[in-house]
Amino acid sequence: MALLLAVLIWVITIATVVAFTNGPWKFPELISEHGQAIDDQFAITIFITGLVFFLAQMTLGYFIVRYRSRGTKDERATYNHGNTKFEIAMMVMTAVVFMALGITGQKVWAQLHLQEIPANAVEIEVTGQQFNWNFRYPGADGRFGRLVPKLIDDATNPLGLDDTDPAAKDDVRATTIAIPIDQPVKLLLRSKDVIHSFFSPNLRIKQDAVPGMLIPVHFKATKTGRYEILCVELCGMQHFKMKTYLDVMNAADFNKWLIDQSAQ
Amino acid sequence: MSDTATAHAVHHAPTGFIRKWVFSVDHKVIGIQYYFLALFSVLAGIVLSLLMRIRLAWPNEQWPLLAKIFPTGFEGGLMSPEFYLAMVTMHGTIMVFFVLTTAPQGGFGNYILPIQIGAADMAFPVLNMLSFWVTFLGLVALMAAFFVVGGAPIAGWTAYPPLSALGQIAGPGLGTGMDLWIISIALFCVASLLGALNFIATLINMRTKGLSMTRLPLTVWAWFTTAVLALLAFPVLLAGGILLLLDRNADTSFFIPAGLVVSDRIINHKGGSPLLWQHLFWFFGHPEVYIAILPGMGATSHILSTFARKPIFGYRAMVIAIFAIGLLGFFVWGHHMFVSGLNPFTALAFSVITLSIGVPSAVKTFNWLGTLWGARIQFTTAMLFALGFVSLFVAGGVTGLVLGQTSLDIQMHDTYFVVGHFHLIMGVAAIFGIFGATYFWFPKMFGRMMNESIGKLHFWITFLGVYAIFVPIHLAGITGQPRRYAQFTDYAYLEPTAGLNTFTSIAAIVTAAVQILFVVNLFWSMFKGKKAAENPWGATTLEWTIPSPPPHDNFGGHVPVVHHGPYEFSVPGAPKDYIMQNEPPEAVPAH
Repeated sequence: MALLLAVLIWVITIATVVAFTNGPWKFPELISEHGQAIDDQFAITIFITGLVFFLAQMTLGYFIVRYRSRGTKDERATYNHGNTKFEIAMMVMTAVVFMALGITGQKVWAQLHLQEIPANAVEIEVTGQQFNWNFRYPGADGRFGRLVPKLIDDATNPLGLDDTDPAAKDDVRATTIAIPIDQPVKLLLRSKDVIHSFFSPNLRIKQDAVPGMLIPVHFKATKTGRYEILCVELCGMQHFKMKTYLDVMNAADFNKWLIDQSAQ
Repeated sequence: MSDTATAHAVHHAPTGFIRKWVFSVDHKVIGIQYYFLALFSVLAGIVLSLLMRIRLAWPNEQWPLLAKIFPTGFEGGLMSPEFYLAMVTMHGTIMVFFVLTTAPQGGFGNYILPIQIGAADMAFPVLNMLSFWVTFLGLVALMAAFFVVGGAPIAGWTAYPPLSALGQIAGPGLGTGMDLWIISIALFCVASLLGALNFIATLINMRTKGLSMTRLPLTVWAWFTTAVLALLAFPVLLAGGILLLLDRNADTSFFIPAGLVVSDRIINHKGGSPLLWQHLFWFFGHPEVYIAILPGMGATSHILSTFARKPIFGYRAMVIAIFAIGLLGFFVWGHHMFVSGLNPFTALAFSVITLSIGVPSAVKTFNWLGTLWGARIQFTTAMLFALGFVSLFVAGGVTGLVLGQTSLDIQMHDTYFVVGHFHLIMGVAAIFGIFGATYFWFPKMFGRMMNESIGKLHFWITFLGVYAIFVPIHLAGITGQPRRYAQFTDYAYLEPTAGLNTFTSIAAIVTAAVQILFVVNLFWSMFKGKKAAENPWGATTLEWTIPSPPPHDNFGGHVPVVHHGPYEFSVPGAPKDYIMQNEPPEAVPAH
């Protein structure tokens, strides 16, 4: 029985390690500048935690076999209440490794959230609602027009844009989001109804859109193409259908896209 | 003081059926009542999870038979997305509250703690009875949500407002079903609060002669710490629940900000903050994780030492680690909120404290391995589950180091990686603690042995099964598969996870089916099992010094006196390989 249990633990452990390292289940294709640091930190963390997992399970299996009862009469285990030096050594070692991870794991976060957003960033307002995304670009004046909740009409004016505001005149609305490549982009997230969460798996960007709050995030995309955007905060029955697309374009295509959108 | 408390707790054995088995004040009967409430709940919770797994593996499959059972949820044979979300909500709520909080603490804690400390009952037996019956009412309120107009709520077990605060307009099940959910949780909070007070008073006041704090079994330390956590955490959730109920029914705006427009309708609230709920919820919710797992750690330590025939390695470190985990658990709730709009500076602090919980958790693991080192392991079913607990605790714990990092949480938050992490650590590991405890204490509770052969078969398949379910779930999370989705077929980037989802569902169905072995073994052994001796495992603590099952007042009116620590196994020169806590001091040779 001891051997069976040990082998089972070892097999599960090795199978898990193989599935994590050699399977097709990886982060989706990376398309942002800050994302490389996230991916590297993930690789380091998975390596360290994987090693801890592997060593602990292997040791557990080994002890199970090595220290099984032989069923002999009068057999006795070692009488031992512990070893303070060993425990302190282990504790210090764990503390050092875990704290190192904890501190290095803050780097990208700090870069994304605590650094000043570049002034030349392309601003886009993102508004979540049950069950789709609205995107708004400020237009040539660089200012978003005023929104008034009572003007909201899902068919004609989903954001409640106040046309009497001069800043509203050149605002561009869209249901997919387009951004220029290699330029800083700043999103301003908000919600009309319940909490949503804007997730671009490829950008390595996720941020809740909370009603009553305007939450900024910024990033720079490094690869053109069309990518999926989804909602990852439970927002109601069609939550799983709250999908849209991110189009990363070169500057010329992006400008043309903006003009096309405003013509609609 | 402690003498009077003890004297009060002694009461005469009731004779009528109602006072003996229904409205009983005997901690042992109440413990068994809690256990069966949790058993009913866990079976219900498993059925709900299987319904979810069916939808995830075969999203376009018609289920005519299920359509007969759930005519609205399976209209046209296909499970509706709102039915799926109702399953998500109810599965989580039932499992977290009525299984993981109920069985380890209300069940085993109630039954075993007073006996392990040499008391005749809990400090407040009537309060104990009330705790159980209020919990029962909470379960009734929750189950009632299935049967009201609109069905069960779809807001998840975390019930984030405004979704949970706006009523029927926000979605199906968010009317009466949501109100019932809140009432259920509020009742559960009250019950747990009363229970926690009782545990704390009992432990502090009613320890028998000679039972100093350093001679307490680790199970008792775990139950005690859990009670302290419950005492501090549940009132916060209770307050949150009441505020949410007021927002829904009395037009207050604690959680609802101004200017909301739902389905083209303006919501007439202003000034509230959705994040306030998240702070209140997770201030409770994170300690709740430890409320679920600490008793399992206690039981595992206890069982490991007993069947390793070895003293626990580093007893003091184990006690300190339990307390450290409990204490730190109150300062990490923000790690559930990294991407919620929380101040990003605050997130840095929450992250570092979160990773520091890894240290006492690692201490527990080292010391469990240290206990096995040099042991003579006896492979009873209880021991197999305790060893399984150690394996699962490591597997579920290490991924906390990923999720606790702010930078990585950006990608991992609300994906299946989180689902895998918390299911392994607070779901499956905690359930293994419950299984271990069941196989271990069943002889004491029911006076009969469980069938070891069926028990072992149950262990082998369950152990393999849970890894087969939850390792693929982690991989799906790495790929980016989001939680609480009724299906993933619309997303091209999730193509690699289709096979994983089917595999997970099949593993879940097999593993769930095997639990029938456990249920059959439990009931069969209760009536037909081999009669249990007073101390069938050669264990050391006080519950094994009295008959199986124990008499109404546990120690038959005499007060046990403790002379030894809780884990004196394989003491050199002793006649047996264990020394019970109440053996006279001269029974032990000097060493």
